[in-house]
Amino acid sequence: MSTKIKAAIIGPGNIGTDLLMKAMRSDWVEPVWMVGVDPDSPGLARAQEMGLKVTSEGVDGMLPTMREDGVQICFDATSAYVHAENSRKVNEQGALMIDLTPAAIGPYCVPPVNLRQALEAKSMNVNMVTCGGQATIPMVAAVSRVQAVSYGEIVATVSSRSVGPGTRKNIDEFTRTTAGAVERVGGAKQGKAIIVINPAEPPLIMRDTIHCLTEAEPDQAAITESVELMVAEVQKYVPGYRLKNGPVFDGNRVSMFMEVEGLGDFLPKYAGNLDIMTAAGLRTAEMFAEEIIAGRFNPSAA
Amino acid sequence: MDLHGKKVTLHDMCLRDGMHAKRHQISLDEMVAIAKGLDEAGMPLIEVTHGDGLGGASVNYGFPAHSDEEYLKATVGAVKNAKISALLLPGIGTVDHLKMAADLGVTTIRVATHCTEADVSEQHIGMASEMGLDTVGFLMMAHMIEPEQVLEQAKLMESYGANCIYCTDSAGTMLPDDVTARISLLRRELKPETELGFHAHHNLSLGVMNSLVAVEAGANRIDGSVAGLGAGAGNTPLEVLVAVMERMGVDHGIDLYKIMDVAEDIVTPIMDQPIRIDRDALTLGYAGVYSSFLLFAKRAQQKYGVSSRDILVELGRRRTVGGQEDMIEDLALDMAKEQGLL
Repeated sequence: MSTKIKAAIIGPGNIGTDLLMKAMRSDWVEPVWMVGVDPDSPGLARAQEMGLKVTSEGVDGMLPTMREDGVQICFDATSAYVHAENSRKVNEQGALMIDLTPAAIGPYCVPPVNLRQALEAKSMNVNMVTCGGQATIPMVAAVSRVQAVSYGEIVATVSSRSVGPGTRKNIDEFTRTTAGAVERVGGAKQGKAIIVINPAEPPLIMRDTIHCLTEAEPDQAAITESVELMVAEVQKYVPGYRLKNGPVFDGNRVSMFMEVEGLGDFLPKYAGNLDIMTAAGLRTAEMFAEEIIAGRFNPSAA
Repeated sequence: MDLHGKKVTLHDMCLRDGMHAKRHQISLDEMVAIAKGLDEAGMPLIEVTHGDGLGGASVNYGFPAHSDEEYLKATVGAVKNAKISALLLPGIGTVDHLKMAADLGVTTIRVATHCTEADVSEQHIGMASEMGLDTVGFLMMAHMIEPEQVLEQAKLMESYGANCIYCTDSAGTMLPDDVTARISLLRRELKPETELGFHAHHNLSLGVMNSLVAVEAGANRIDGSVAGLGAGAGNTPLEVLVAVMERMGVDHGIDLYKIMDVAEDIVTPIMDQPIRIDRDALTLGYAGVYSSFLLFAKRAQQKYGVSSRDILVELGRRRTVGGQEDMIEDLALDMAKEQGLL
């Protein structure tokens, strides 16, 4: 392919670096900038070796040239605290922002569920919810597209090593944001999210349980089929997304037990929770890039 | 063992940990009756929450008969001298729940994390401490790590503002020496003004003994439960502990006969099953498994025909932690498939 849409990654940490490695393989997106704040960051050095322009001056270090460098998509893999400012700045330069932080100033995006809507809305900022949200909301949606779900609950169990200091400092943000997206994207009338951190060694692979309470008696055949189709959709960008058990039906309860193994690009395979975020972020960017290349979307300063 | 003259603050768990044993179905009237009885017996602190803490109402842990708000309102209004405490597990409950509990008159907040994950509690401990609440850091499954690691995590909680740290034997698996090693190290290394607590489960019949050992090693707050009503084989039966402490000359502040009567006349009659060391509860203690998994494993056995003991042993082998109740049905399904039952 001759034309790819140029992209910048803000945040050269574990997530940003894993995203970079995935993006290097993309047919639609070409990473050209890595933005950090610490000149000694190993992530910046790695990106530079891979041929990207880098700055340790934060987004401000990229702003003067990002237009002429052709950057039209940015990923923010920093923190919720600085995201709004980063987003405003890059939007002003005509680049759309894909938010991997829990800031959630833009609409939530879970690719197999509502990416189409985000594309149609031509949003300049989309938020990738949380790792637990990416892993579970497709399953809630798989049930709610069959019949009304009065209550959706997700339990994400992640290895201690895969939970960074940002999440730990504000774990409430995870539960609140995920629960909100279980409702708004998953389609449950009421949402609840629980996260459990397990320090076992060797680290456990991310596992997720999804419980839906349906309003009427569940249509077992239709739900089972819908769930299997949705799993296949997620597997397109996260091959290690597996339905271990279920759907289990017990009265009006429908439960799915999942395991999410990562690709092991930069992050270890057990950290499926992080992998599904970077993969979903890239998937979203690729869909936008496709729209831009086809001339259906021209990101511009509002 | 000489505990003569030691001052101990007892903390009753039957309206929180006991919720596990009652599948979170204790009625408001039962709560009020128990809280009043405990208050009259001189119990200084009574914990009232869903078994899995504030916000625990869920498919995963069980929906309670009433909301946290309803239980807290009813019990705060029922006691004269006792204080009501609430438990909060970050990842399940949030600071919004914490504020709600404080608004309703809860004066002690206990923030519980798995013993290696204290840094998820900064937000909650910080806020409780800023609000002037008696703020407790509660390190669960403390048998899974070495005393030095417990200390490291305890120091984090202390630095966030906890004025009391608990070493929690959630699996009821610690031997007396394990308790001594942890509590005495914490006592030596934490600030002298930081209080120390110990929470037992009676799965190996060591609840009373380990509590005494904890006091000897420097703990001054001890959890227990009237008639033992709690997860697994229950918590340290408080009326028994009080009788023993009475004989040892410990300053515990409880009226022995009154608490015996609460146990016998109010708490025992509401039990769904005897709280005793049955085969599964013993397995929890033997294999080091989170006590509230007990009834879930029994239900999985009923539903899928897999031995609950095998399920519990496997959960221990996989080093599951508190809150992983969803693992039980998943594992039972795996085992049932392997055994050709599904």
